[in-house]
Amino acid sequence: MDLNRVDQEKYARLVKLEPDVTCCIGCGSCTASCSAGVFSRTSLRSALLALQNGKEQEALSLLGACMFCGKCLMVCPRGLNTRHMILSIHKIYSET
Amino acid sequence: MMNLLSLLLPLQDVSAEVIDRIPSGYNHFILPYFIGILFCISWLLVGLLRNLASLPAEDRKRLALSLVTPKTAWKNIRDLFCDCLFHTKIWKRKPLLGYMHSAIAFGWFMLIILGHCEVALFVPKHLSFKEGNLFYPIFYRFFVWANPEHTTLRGSLFFFLMDFFLLYVLSGIGLAMFKRIRSIALGMRHTTKPSLADRVALYALWSIFPLRLLAESFTANLSGGSFLTYSANVLLRWLFGENLYIMPWWWAYSIALGLFFFAMPFSRYMHILTEPLLILYRNAGLKIRTLNRGFGEAEIYACSSCGLCLDACPMNIQKKNLRFSSVYLIRFLRRHNQAKVDRIADKCLQCGKCAQLCPVGVNAPAMRVVQRSLSNNVIPYHYAYMQDVAAAAPASQGKVLYFAGCMTRLTPRIIKGVEKVLQTAGIDYVFADKEGGLCCGRPLMLAGRTDAARKAIEANRQMILSSGCTTLLVSCPICYKVFREEYDLPGIRIVHYTEFIQELIASGKLSMEKDGTRYVYHDPCELGRGCGIYEEPRAVLSQAGTLCHASKERDESLCCGGSLGSLTLNYKDRGKITEGALETLLAENPECIVTACPLCLKTFSEKSAVPVKDFAEVVAGHLPQASA
Repeated sequence: MDLNRVDQEKYARLVKLEPDVTCCIGCGSCTASCSAGVFSRTSLRSALLALQNGKEQEALSLLGACMFCGKCLMVCPRGLNTRHMILSIHKIYSET
Repeated sequence: MMNLLSLLLPLQDVSAEVIDRIPSGYNHFILPYFIGILFCISWLLVGLLRNLASLPAEDRKRLALSLVTPKTAWKNIRDLFCDCLFHTKIWKRKPLLGYMHSAIAFGWFMLIILGHCEVALFVPKHLSFKEGNLFYPIFYRFFVWANPEHTTLRGSLFFFLMDFFLLYVLSGIGLAMFKRIRSIALGMRHTTKPSLADRVALYALWSIFPLRLLAESFTANLSGGSFLTYSANVLLRWLFGENLYIMPWWWAYSIALGLFFFAMPFSRYMHILTEPLLILYRNAGLKIRTLNRGFGEAEIYACSSCGLCLDACPMNIQKKNLRFSSVYLIRFLRRHNQAKVDRIADKCLQCGKCAQLCPVGVNAPAMRVVQRSLSNNVIPYHYAYMQDVAAAAPASQGKVLYFAGCMTRLTPRIIKGVEKVLQTAGIDYVFADKEGGLCCGRPLMLAGRTDAARKAIEANRQMILSSGCTTLLVSCPICYKVFREEYDLPGIRIVHYTEFIQELIASGKLSMEKDGTRYVYHDPCELGRGCGIYEEPRAVLSQAGTLCHASKERDESLCCGGSLGSLTLNYKDRGKITEGALETLLAENPECIVTACPLCLKTFSEKSAVPVKDFAEVVAGHLPQASA
């Protein structure tokens, strides 16, 4: 993958809207506790990683099953607003 | 002295004027008032018709039906009197504030009614529109000359009543002025910042009644008066001499009225006339569908901008959050300021306290959800997996189905407590989501993702229906509220574990042993204000130990700060709310905080110096065999 061809503008917008994105330590608590993760591959941690690697579609597919239950918000050791992060990722990257 | 005054205030011989004005029934001074009220009435009429037209046909039909149904019609009448005139809701919480508001509203209402009665009795022809119906009764004291020596008992009675209610209104206005300087004296820590139109209308309203007093006092020796106006008249004549110059006062009174009615449609005083409409809509069972139209518009204009929601909001423990209060949401909705509305709508915790305490009953949390759905409902979702979950229903024919919910799975001690209680009471139950289940849909709903929420609700509904259970037991108030409100589950009783355990104890299936522990119960928002359950948990806890009071409890209880209602509130601000709520809970130095919500339990546990326990955990710890 040529990272130079990835749309950096969207990621910059995401970071501006959700500074929390850069604070994630990738501990995976969100993924471990995820309600949707029991049934379908869902991971905010992996989604953030995918976005940083320019894999936008993969990131979206990792969040599509999310039921917004908020468990990730409760367990995040960094106190990040995970739910709003998910909303913003959808809003920014689902644009056509 | 007298000469000096007469120089300052040019006096005029009124005797000629008296003869002049009585038969005509008209004077130029009524014009400001007349134009103001005509403008106001036409504006309101157009607004009302537009609002009715914007209602969906189905809602309009429901409204029409409710007006002729005796039960709702009676409720309408009762609510109109209690809410619009007597303000019983404010009286109950803040008596002084209640007195202030009902003095102005009820007092003014009585002045208008009595004024019309007076005219109907003494000058009936002036009740017709052609003869000056719109102004004659208002300025009756100017147009009618009553010979004090010939005042009948009826006349004196009206004079007395009019003076009495004028004094009543004036006392309310006095309190209102004082409230602007020191609101805390009337029980309000914060008050709203008035907008420009609010200010114009406010100062006009403040001046209407003192000017009315002056105008009527200046004419009282000619038109009659009672204890207030007549005494003032004697004083005025003593000060300024026998010939009082009356016209400026009537002009000023009329201008103040005109200004008020002119500013009213643009100010917060729209609530005076919109509140009755909202009451009719609400009693007809209408619900908010769109903002700025129909029911939503009625709610926006019914907001009196009083600011009681400012003190109610748990976020306002930090002054910087005042701007996210419901009153400002409504103000910016009225101004169509989308950016600000979005920001305010996303911040709210959805604890529902502002709606519960709102004297007009505006449901701002529901408005926020509608606003959120404008931008969030389009977010895609891939819920194909839900079908499999719906199909794998646990067989529980005729049994109790226990649905723990997502959050309860983060707090396994609740599950442990509930299971122990159920086993002790010998209840035949099946655990619905032991291996993980779907979310109830409430968090999606609160985020405005209505379509996605419908998917989750439908999948869960199928699972519950095909399980064959007769009772659905839930331990999370968030699930409980959405199950009660959005799930169509015929033949299945939905019950929260606080209610269920209370029933088990009442029916003798469960007994508890009391010890000396001092407990305080925290009302979770969704359970208390959301579903009206306050008594059951308290009844049970009082059998476990001594129940202390929190400084804010029941419908005044504060959000724990962990609410899923807020989309944008950050961790730090949530922490401040938690600390504030804990402070109210620890008012009587309890040894243990008990709550009945997994979210509250987890949030409080992180910050509290006092142990925080779940309701079922406490019950399980007080079962006879536990101590044996």
